[in-house]
Amino acid sequence: MLTGILILFPLLGSLVLLFGRDSGKIRRLALGISLVEFGLALYGLYLFVTTCHCQLQMEINWANSLGVTLRFGMDGISLLLVLLTTFLIPLIILSSFRHEYRNPYAFYALILLMETAFIGVFCAMNGIVFYVFWELALIPAWFICAVWGGNDRIRITFKFFIYTFVGSLAMLGALVYLYYRTPMPHSFDIRFLYGAILSYKEQVWIFWAFFLAFAIKIPVFPFHTWQPDTYTESPAGGTMLLSGIMLKMGIYGLIRFLLPICYGVLKDWGMVAMIMAVAGIIYASVIALRQNDMKRLVAWSSIAHVGLITAGIFTLTIKAMEGAVIQMISHGINIVGLFIILDIIERRMKTRKISELGGIANGAPWLAVSFMIILLGVVALPSTNGFIGEFLLLFGLFEYNYIIAGIAGLTIIFTAIYMLRMFQRAMLGEKNELTAAFTDLTMAETITLVPVIIMILWIGLFPGFFLQLAEPAIKDILMFTR
Amino acid sequence: MITFSYTVFIVLIPFILFLLLGFFGNKFKPVVSGIIGTTGLFTSFLLSCYTAWQYFFVVPKVGGAFVKLIGYNITWLRFTENLHVDLGVLLDPISVMMLIVITTVSFMVHLYSIGYMKGEKGFERFFAFLSLFSFAMLGLVIATNIFQMYIFWELVGVSSYLLIGFYYEKDTAVAASKKAFIVTRFADLGFLIGILILSVTTKTFDFITLTDPKGPALMQGGSILFMGLSTMTWSMIFVFMGGAGKSAMFPLHIWLPDAMEGPTPVSALIHAATMVVAGVFLVARMFPIYVISAPAALEVVAYVGGFTSLFAAVIACTQFDIKRVLAYSTMSQIGYMMLALGVSGYGGHEGLGYMASMFHLFTHAFFKALLFLGAGAIIHAVHSNYMNEMGGLRKYLPITHATFLIACLAIAGIPPFAGFFSKDEILAAAFEHNKILWAVEYAVAGLTAFYMFRLYFSVFWGKEVHYHHTPHEAPLVMTIPLMLLAAGSIFAGFIPFQNLVTSDGLPFVKEIELSIAIPSVFIALLGIVIATIFYRKETTLPEKLAKGLGGFYRAAFHKFYFDELYLFITKKIIFNHISTPIAWFDRHIVDGGMNGVSFVTNQVSDKIKRFQSGQLQQYAWVFVSGAIALALAFIYYWTL
Repeated sequence: MLTGILILFPLLGSLVLLFGRDSGKIRRLALGISLVEFGLALYGLYLFVTTCHCQLQMEINWANSLGVTLRFGMDGISLLLVLLTTFLIPLIILSSFRHEYRNPYAFYALILLMETAFIGVFCAMNGIVFYVFWELALIPAWFICAVWGGNDRIRITFKFFIYTFVGSLAMLGALVYLYYRTPMPHSFDIRFLYGAILSYKEQVWIFWAFFLAFAIKIPVFPFHTWQPDTYTESPAGGTMLLSGIMLKMGIYGLIRFLLPICYGVLKDWGMVAMIMAVAGIIYASVIALRQNDMKRLVAWSSIAHVGLITAGIFTLTIKAMEGAVIQMISHGINIVGLFIILDIIERRMKTRKISELGGIANGAPWLAVSFMIILLGVVALPSTNGFIGEFLLLFGLFEYNYIIAGIAGLTIIFTAIYMLRMFQRAMLGEKNELTAAFTDLTMAETITLVPVIIMILWIGLFPGFFLQLAEPAIKDILMFTR
Repeated sequence: MITFSYTVFIVLIPFILFLLLGFFGNKFKPVVSGIIGTTGLFTSFLLSCYTAWQYFFVVPKVGGAFVKLIGYNITWLRFTENLHVDLGVLLDPISVMMLIVITTVSFMVHLYSIGYMKGEKGFERFFAFLSLFSFAMLGLVIATNIFQMYIFWELVGVSSYLLIGFYYEKDTAVAASKKAFIVTRFADLGFLIGILILSVTTKTFDFITLTDPKGPALMQGGSILFMGLSTMTWSMIFVFMGGAGKSAMFPLHIWLPDAMEGPTPVSALIHAATMVVAGVFLVARMFPIYVISAPAALEVVAYVGGFTSLFAAVIACTQFDIKRVLAYSTMSQIGYMMLALGVSGYGGHEGLGYMASMFHLFTHAFFKALLFLGAGAIIHAVHSNYMNEMGGLRKYLPITHATFLIACLAIAGIPPFAGFFSKDEILAAAFEHNKILWAVEYAVAGLTAFYMFRLYFSVFWGKEVHYHHTPHEAPLVMTIPLMLLAAGSIFAGFIPFQNLVTSDGLPFVKEIELSIAIPSVFIALLGIVIATIFYRKETTLPEKLAKGLGGFYRAAFHKFYFDELYLFITKKIIFNHISTPIAWFDRHIVDGGMNGVSFVTNQVSDKIKRFQSGQLQQYAWVFVSGAIALALAFIYYWTL
């Protein structure tokens, strides 16, 4: 029941928002709804029993003849991602307060609609329902970027749409094919999909169809070219939604669908996927070294970091999988934190160019401190959240293949280089005419950043709680791959 | 049973100070922040002394040897039943010794900084960072397992980054801090890989298990992994890479001289006495693995240490910035310590090198901290870092002068000062194991004496410089630490280390071997004499010598062009010749390819869409011709 409420509540909220006209009220209402949603998710956490597997289930017989019983539920991974979603959305809404968007009712309604779609994706225990929510998430994302984005938004959002749509179609094809391979009576239910009887060759095709869909969303090299442009051109809130939550759908899909269904071909083709991911780490890191636009730099760094997560998943080791789940959460928190900071800077300075900034720390010490802490999370300093995930991922990779691990490990140097370079050039040094008038964090900005910082340190210092939540679910998934 | 659980407070007090000063520092008067920090560190210092006394003299030994004790332990992260990460306090001779070193120097530096940093912007931030560093460094040395060590290792790196870049408006300082972080981070990747190899093969992080003679690390070392070296050897080489980065060993040394951009007390604490010896400590901590399972890796340690000590000593002779001279001198001395570990064996008198290395680490902390703090007092007085802008300061700074002289004598290895004893042990150990390295170290001993007294005479003697305002002696709060450290530099050499800190915990007998000691004192004196001739009075001899050496001098003066080399690799090759082309490739080839696909699709659909023209005649025509074609095809197949 709770799962259903979690999915529907933001949808209802977004409908209500459509009738609002006063922008101040709309924002506050949107924030209120998202906070209530977060509260509901926390209540879900309270009900959740760590030792059992799929919980808080809800079944609706919808079109029984097609085998579409709408089954929703959460295991540890889903729950963590739902918590991440509901935690980040209030922050994203709050950080959007500072912008005077046209048609605010539509903007905030779309954010809440996306929240519904995200939670639906993470809770769906049914292939076709998963697909529907997956596509549902794309529509508001596209509108947010296309309506409120930067100058080049039309061309870029079109590309983004086509890209992800192609991937989605491949996934739909795979799902339908799988449906006919499930034991009688056919069903899209995930338990049936896991039980589908497939030859090796069929598995290869389904592997690549799924992989294409998820790899585009994540994005994994070489399907990434929509990402830097889209992140850069989207409004700040849109970028945060895409990078903080939406890409987790892809990684989640890998874990939920690709691994248990195509278990037979992972040994042969998982390696290829892993090599693509690891190549992407180096490729994206090297490009990030050269960026002058801070938003674009963070976009590239994101490709590198999710590449490591993807690579870790294909090791099929419990450590790397735990690392992947933790790192999904950490990456979501850290990157949203970074984009909040960049948004603060951009709104004051009207520029994101590193070369035009410098010396901001003089006028804004607390901004500098917050930026520094988030940055340390990104560069995976021990005692921050980034370290736990990255260490576990590297540990798992290392057990799998030490050469791949060694190459993937280069990310810890690259990240330090481009992140510190950005920090140094933008925040430190002498101030110039532009940055001389920089003012420190306002109250509202502090409120958006403090939860991020708390989470960075909390996960970094006490990761056990999060790992325990994820562990049974991961063991379940890994059972299918043996 | 004596409990050591209180030792956790030695570490926690600085951490609490950090939180206190970091969050509420701006609420106090600056000097109050300083006093709070200093008092806190003094408490830690007293606790460390108490721990040392208990550990060395009260706790019963097992079979005559010091044992490794776990003072405090919690499980932090559990991977599997066996593989878990603990946080705790491990007490053994070297960690207890390090507690003393760190808390002593940190306390002195805190006290000194109250005077030195007076009136600086961000005074309380400075003390907060100092406390953070002390916390991280103490956590590093008491680590019970290699994972905990790595955690604190990185925290140490970050606090070093923050302190080097303390003057964050100064571009050189900011650049130096970034450089230090990145170079050590590069080394830390090696360390991490080493940890991974080690823990994947032995299934444990715990130091006691790892260094246990019957433990998994020492029992299996034989299996060949790669290029004829065993798994353990590779892991130890990678671990040493981390140590070499932190300890500024060649070729990862380039960050240390630049790190001198930080405030001078920071250089004294972090870049002379404590953090930079973390690499030596790391090798010492893993020493049984090195010596038993990975002798080839130990060989690497020895040669890297030996080469660095020579390399740095040569550069030190040519520099004019007093802090940089001291930085190169630090590198050189740490090279000594590494070399001593590298030539050491295990157990009894075989372990002389190990003992000597720890001994030198201990004494070096005193006289090098003293040198840096003295340099701080000098800089404070004349507002310059360059020794060619100084001279004749002995009249103005009597206390600084006296203490500086003591430190110079100590580092040069003149008896009875502390450096003589520890350096003598190192030379003796090197003599027994490796004659080449021994010869190198002899030369370095001479060079050390020369460049130290070059510095000493240039600053305190030499030509009289006309100062803008008369230099005056530093306040008591700065000179008291100098005097205390000077006392340490005089007396630390008499501590019987062979009874306290040895490779296997058992005491052994050693004597000063005159055949080693006399020539080493002689060569040190020779260095001093040459320095006296050159620099006591203003002469043209140094320039003549520099001219005579020609290209070699210029190369040494430019630090053998390593900065330029690294800059060339990073800026020119990676930035311009890899990063830029890849960005271009991505934009035009990868993205272009994807756009090409969509372009082709567009074209095709353009062509196809003519078929759906809506014209009935055309449909009819297509329909009829299709039907005919089908009929023809059928007939064709039928008749076959």
